[in-house]
Amino acid sequence: MDFTGSQVRPGDLVRIFKDGYVIEGIVMPLTEYSSKDLLVIKLSNGYNVGISIAGARIEVIKERYINIEELTAEEPRVSFVRGMSDKLISVISTGGTIVSKVEYGTGAVKPAITAEELLEFVPELKDLGSIEVVDLFRLLSENMDPDHWTAIANTVAKKLNGGVDGIVVTHGTDTMSYTASALAFALRNLPMPIAMVGSQRSSDRPSSDAALNLLSAAITSLNAPFGEVVVVMHGVISDSYSLVHRGVKVRKMHSSRRDAFQSINDLPLAKVDYSSRKLIMINSRYIKRCTKGELIVMPKFEKKVALVKAYPGFNHEIIDFLVDRGYRGIVIEGTGLGHISESCISSIRRAVEDDVIIAMATQAIFGRVNMNVYTTGRRLLLSGVLPASDMLPETAYVKLSWLLGNFSDLNEVRGLFTVNLVHEINEVHEERLFPKWYHGL
Amino acid sequence: MKLMKSMKNDYSLSGTMDFNYDELGLRVGLEVHQQLDTKAKLFCKCSTKLYEGSFEGVARIERYLRVTKSEIGEVDPAAVFEFMKGKKIIYLAPSNHTCGVELDEEPPHELNREALEIALGIAMGFKSKVVDEVHVMRKIVVDGSNTTGFQRTAIIALGGELDDDEGIVRIQTICLEEDSARKIDDLGDAVVYNLDRLGIPLIEIATAPDIKSPEQALRVASKIGLMLRLTNKVKRGLGTIRQDLNISIKDGAKIEIKGVQRLELLPKVIMYEVLRQLKLLEIKNELIRRGVREEDIQDRIYDVTNLFRDTKSRLISGNVSKGYKVYAACLKGFKGLLKLELQPGRRFGTELSDYARQWGGTSGIIHTDELPAYGISHDEVLELYKYLGANIESDAIVLTVGPEDRCINALRAVINRAKEALRGIPKETRAANEDGTTRYMRPQPGAARMYPETDVPPVKIDERIIKEALKYVPKDPGSVYDELVRKYSLSQELSRQLLRSPYITYFYELVQEFGDEIPPQYVASLLTIHIGSLRNEGVPVENLSIEVIKHALNALRQGRLSRDGVINVLREYALDNRRPISELIEKYSTALDIKYIYDAVHRVIDSNIDELVKRKDKAFNIVMGRVMNELRGKADGKLVAEVVKKVLNERLGHGY
Ligand SMILES: [Zn+2]
Repeated sequence: MDFTGSQVRPGDLVRIFKDGYVIEGIVMPLTEYSSKDLLVIKLSNGYNVGISIAGARIEVIKERYINIEELTAEEPRVSFVRGMSDKLISVISTGGTIVSKVEYGTGAVKPAITAEELLEFVPELKDLGSIEVVDLFRLLSENMDPDHWTAIANTVAKKLNGGVDGIVVTHGTDTMSYTASALAFALRNLPMPIAMVGSQRSSDRPSSDAALNLLSAAITSLNAPFGEVVVVMHGVISDSYSLVHRGVKVRKMHSSRRDAFQSINDLPLAKVDYSSRKLIMINSRYIKRCTKGELIVMPKFEKKVALVKAYPGFNHEIIDFLVDRGYRGIVIEGTGLGHISESCISSIRRAVEDDVIIAMATQAIFGRVNMNVYTTGRRLLLSGVLPASDMLPETAYVKLSWLLGNFSDLNEVRGLFTVNLVHEINEVHEERLFPKWYHGL
Repeated sequence: MKLMKSMKNDYSLSGTMDFNYDELGLRVGLEVHQQLDTKAKLFCKCSTKLYEGSFEGVARIERYLRVTKSEIGEVDPAAVFEFMKGKKIIYLAPSNHTCGVELDEEPPHELNREALEIALGIAMGFKSKVVDEVHVMRKIVVDGSNTTGFQRTAIIALGGELDDDEGIVRIQTICLEEDSARKIDDLGDAVVYNLDRLGIPLIEIATAPDIKSPEQALRVASKIGLMLRLTNKVKRGLGTIRQDLNISIKDGAKIEIKGVQRLELLPKVIMYEVLRQLKLLEIKNELIRRGVREEDIQDRIYDVTNLFRDTKSRLISGNVSKGYKVYAACLKGFKGLLKLELQPGRRFGTELSDYARQWGGTSGIIHTDELPAYGISHDEVLELYKYLGANIESDAIVLTVGPEDRCINALRAVINRAKEALRGIPKETRAANEDGTTRYMRPQPGAARMYPETDVPPVKIDERIIKEALKYVPKDPGSVYDELVRKYSLSQELSRQLLRSPYITYFYELVQEFGDEIPPQYVASLLTIHIGSLRNEGVPVENLSIEVIKHALNALRQGRLSRDGVINVLREYALDNRRPISELIEKYSTALDIKYIYDAVHRVIDSNIDELVKRKDKAFNIVMGRVMNELRGKADGKLVAEVVKKVLNERLGHGY
């Protein structure tokens, strides 16, 4: 029987007769970029080619030759594989590309969200202990919002109270440092490190950084002496060691490199050497592990908080707009030591009078806000702007959202914002904290 | 055995192998990979020139590739998995030749338009059907030669054909793909690659297994190569074109052979592979005749270090003193077979040794068919047989020395290969050696593991691309030959030579540039005979770009260089291309005072006057030779000859 292009469906085995050629293969779903008058055909040698259906005769040899199904959202589920030791590691999966695998029949890349699938990819995890995988979300990290932080915090808290020996949270890398900060404030007095981990090369590739990052994260959570929320990622672009960064001090500093995550204004807490699988401490300033009973869970976040960037031409109406829309907090990513155009000062004053908390971090990323040096800074301080010290703008934003979510007394919020809670502020910046760049030989 | 007239029981392989390929059922498919001469690489903007500097200070990155079982083919996936497990890969990334894309630190950019247009032009030249949308795929490759663990490759055209004297050879697919990294060292537990080559666009032309003789393979490969060169958009020189083969005979196996770099080797590679398969079948039959069964070959591996306590063998004692051990395995019924030659200089024992090397990373094996040797005594051999409970009349013993896990893996691979011998010819991927023989590389992968490269959007082939691609469609080789003979009056021999040379497109460009002022015959012989002899001298002629040759010929046209001077300039430039060509032209310039030539001629006549008078008939040759020698190519021979004739006529009378 002959068909037109619109009658064949992905998964059908077809034969196309065109311009004296015969092409046989399986119809694939069109890509976002493919033009609509085409069929994408997977040939028997595994290649895909796009064939225009104009002037073609199409014969369907077998309908639904392979099954191409859309991934359906399922209820969160938990899977378990027993390991080689009596330790139990809980892996909370929230999405991203860290755990995905290819189905070669269809070419589709799907998340691998069971313990079995995870161990197929990182069999060494089994040496460390039994593995439990909680399939919590399948979110791309750009779609993560404060409600998800709350859900992750609650899930982690439940695991901590239930008795596990290690906790690893897998996450997309784009906003992983925001979630890390959120967990760091929401869960204090931790009995073990909460190791967040992602991958810069998706795990469907043989060169993925996912396996070594995961392994390092598990080692960290099991063995490290601190009780902090950390991000564990490649330290360099070689597969030689991972760095363990404090969640409130880490930032994604490159759009694609494996070593994109680096500690800013602080030393990494530790590194994990791949060949020896040993955790080596780097930073002596850390929060020690607490006992299980001491855990404090405060998982709420205020969503009416904004992070805005100052730039030449910034219009004070933006601040007015946020205030009028009922925002309760604004973190300004100011220039240099913590500035924004003087033309904004009256808007800022109005905001403060309306009980909106205004904080100032620096878009220079490295270094500390100091608003006493220049006139504008002094005027901003007098207007009631809170300096964020050396907090990353992202951390300051999360901290303000958390404070407003959990404390009703605004004076308390103001007070807590400027003091150090979980080492989000580092009072001492040694020379070696600033990276060295290439300046020619 | 009647198929192999020259094969005798002494297994000597000298002389030609006179096979009846028809009767043997030879089938050969060819895959030609040719680098395209584009400005940038296929998925980034790095240069397609190779790095030539030292590796001091060059970025060095260490990686591991991780393979899950689903990523390897159907043949023995577990084995391949083991193969790459834990192998460290070291990448060297010279600046300007590599960026984040080669290092797998940045996603690929869009498919290089120029490369796509050239490839489409070539496809049209082979009457192949261009696809309507190009989809880039990831093909899993786990040997480390691609930083990603896969090669990016796309089919751009399907079908097509080539005429040949022995019948039409069908084209199966034409692909555009990225070249792999250059392997520069193997340290046993680590491999070292230079990333400069990774990402250079390659066109791959794959024929159906329609080729039926070694000579036909050479013809077809030459023709494909010529058509590629006729686009003027492919790279020249060793390593820029590589041929892969798949070869099968009746009752044999389809064997893949990778990386034949010299075209002339193709017939030899095919012939030697046919020979190898026949010899392996012979071994199989001999084993059956001896009554050896697969279950007779034991998997047991023995630690025999103690037997060599007092050995005189430095190979063994040296390793044992490092703390290594000696292991042995018995191949029941194999006595004498390991020394059987399969290809010139390659015995069955060599094959086993390759397996040991590839799977165990040991330096190879020692076997009883070659003992006593390496300082191992006859008594030690006897001890060995006794210890293993083996029969010295009928069994072979294989030894290896090194770290325990490597030795075990090595001997396990050897035992498995020996069992395969009972079944016939294992499906292997083999690598071509310089002499046309081949060595074992790895088992053949099953169906290629492919999935879409989602980082690169598919490219719709519209009229605009096709119009650009038409610029690169190569001429038909037959019509080129006719044109050389008719239009440019080249001899048939010279025309054929030119078509075989890498410089056919240079010829067209130079003839167009210099028109009648420099005869096309001279241009043709410069590009074939003269540059050919420079190559034979060992001069790196790949340094001669079309621009350099143009400069030299321009100087010839202006009378500043003689023809000899042209060769001298090209030789010296090729040997050291840091010097500007203008300086070399100056050095060999014929802008000599004509008076200088006259002086030289007079001087030579004066000092040889007696001889010249006596041998008047030889006078011209004597003077000419000595003057040319004195001027050392600085003067054009024709001009010197005129002066010599004139002066001889003046001084010794007429008749020169
Ligand atoms: Zn590049």
